[in-house]
Amino acid sequence: MSVRVLEALKEKFGDAVVETHSQFGDDTAVVRADKWKEVCRFLRDDPAMSFDMSVDLCGVDYPDREPRFEVVLHLYSVAKRHRLRLKARIGDAEGEGAEIDTVADIWIGVNWFERETYDLMGISFKGHPDLRRILMYPEFEGHPLRKDYPANKTQPLVPYRTEEEAGVTLEKQAPFGLDEGMPFGRRAWGTDRGES
Amino acid sequence: MEPIDLDLDENELELPSEPMHLNMGPSHPAMHGTVRIVLELSGETIVKSDVQIGYLHRGFEKMCERGTWTQVFPYVDRLNYVSPMLNNVGYALAVEKMCDIEVPERCQWYRMILGELARISDHLTCNGAMAMELGAFTPFLWYIKAREMVWDILEEETGARLTHSFGRIGGMANPPTPALKSMCREAIPAILKIVEEGEGMLLKNRIFIDRLENIGKISGPDAIALSWTGPCLRSTGVAYDVRKAHPYLKYDEVDFDVPVGTCGDNMDRFLVRLGEIRQSCRIILQACDRMADEGPVNVDDPRVILPPKQDVYTTIEATIQHFKLVMEGAKVPKGEVYSYTEGGNGELGYYLVSDGSGTPHRVRIRPPCFPITQGLSDLINGAMLSDIVPTFGSLNMIGGECDH
Repeated sequence: MSVRVLEALKEKFGDAVVETHSQFGDDTAVVRADKWKEVCRFLRDDPAMSFDMSVDLCGVDYPDREPRFEVVLHLYSVAKRHRLRLKARIGDAEGEGAEIDTVADIWIGVNWFERETYDLMGISFKGHPDLRRILMYPEFEGHPLRKDYPANKTQPLVPYRTEEEAGVTLEKQAPFGLDEGMPFGRRAWGTDRGES
Repeated sequence: MEPIDLDLDENELELPSEPMHLNMGPSHPAMHGTVRIVLELSGETIVKSDVQIGYLHRGFEKMCERGTWTQVFPYVDRLNYVSPMLNNVGYALAVEKMCDIEVPERCQWYRMILGELARISDHLTCNGAMAMELGAFTPFLWYIKAREMVWDILEEETGARLTHSFGRIGGMANPPTPALKSMCREAIPAILKIVEEGEGMLLKNRIFIDRLENIGKISGPDAIALSWTGPCLRSTGVAYDVRKAHPYLKYDEVDFDVPVGTCGDNMDRFLVRLGEIRQSCRIILQACDRMADEGPVNVDDPRVILPPKQDVYTTIEATIQHFKLVMEGAKVPKGEVYSYTEGGNGELGYYLVSDGSGTPHRVRIRPPCFPITQGLSDLINGAMLSDIVPTFGSLNMIGGECDH
């Protein structure tokens, strides 16, 4: 439905639009990260686009790719009833340099979504008014939705006691084995992905 | 005892001018879920507020990345746990969009009936709990009684009262029971009667009205900018309902209205939810009339649907197919999809990324009450401390969904 939007984007921004596709009926545009804010502002303000609602913003980690992360923004226009998925690729293989401009001043609703993406995926948003962790606690280390964050890793707020500290014989001692929780990880990431 | 103000001049007796800090939650009797609001008060007026969520974070998205596509269903049940069936259907539709599957008509009607029942239970819970927090305990009990009727139907259908895990890729876990239609037709007039009684009790109550009307107001454009959807957005007068704007299943073939409010205050949100209960009842009755009594529920597609049990035990092909589907999972084509349905609180979106294997690469849920809770701060700033209770109640924040 919004193939027109893709064409308008390509016409307006030219090389800044890296890639477009309409897989499964969802129109998608991948733009260069440094043009992110400019494209967003155009999409909101242009009367033919008028994307007045930012539906969702999230990050996806592709550990085998470079740039490694994708920031995915879903937009909707209540008036025109069309949708668009806008993506930008950032960050190197180690997850460094995952930085992109904030769009929280364009759609205020993005504010918490950006905080969540920062919290869980470790993508920081330049110029965000209040970039704190939102779902995890402030002392949490790392970003749990990255593929290299082990799903069964424990992070106790209070360190585990050693036997000397406890003064008694402890039945279990840290680090606990895998049987402490669910056996996460059907397969190791980065080894055999894709087929079967 | 000596009066303390003996040798003080009057100025020093004034109240301290620096604002008072108050923590509300995470565990508070008037809080639906575990959410913490850090308040800065001047007298009883809220100057600044900081809403902090995350106390119910269970790593939903991380967990989904380790099982098969089908194993996500029990997790989505626990997102919005007052209307789990809507989550089930939404997720099933998202995966089916990727696999290019359309479920048989009978299944579409069946999903609509179950989904609308879940919506009724969602709205009844929200409105009942909101009334209870304002001191009206009786309507709460009545609404919970009506919710029991809904849950009786869902229990008969799925075997579970709360977390059904009933959706499947390409169909449902079981076909409709023969009792479904008669149970729905019996329960719906009873539910509507209870809704009406509760309404009569609340909407003629001066105290209840005064605490709702013109409290927690938000305008339509503001609500859109905050990414609000669902009953909260419709209460501002914006008639955006996914079921009408982008119909899925059979919503374009049934007759229903989208109730909207006028000024987006707590009362409007309360009334919109009551209106939606009535509309859901209409949809269920129409779907009961239209749903066939016979016919397939699951698609005939061996890529996603488990073979019949007797074949699994008697033929080698079905045994292998069963084994592959359970151990490796249904293979979903490579790519990404965003699928959205109307959940209890608004647009419930699933953004799925598949690498072509039986395990999702990324399952992203767009929880409707996440942006709604974000807007809470704007609603209560400048209001009185006691206004938090009805305002927060009317937003229907569900901890499991909001905190992933």
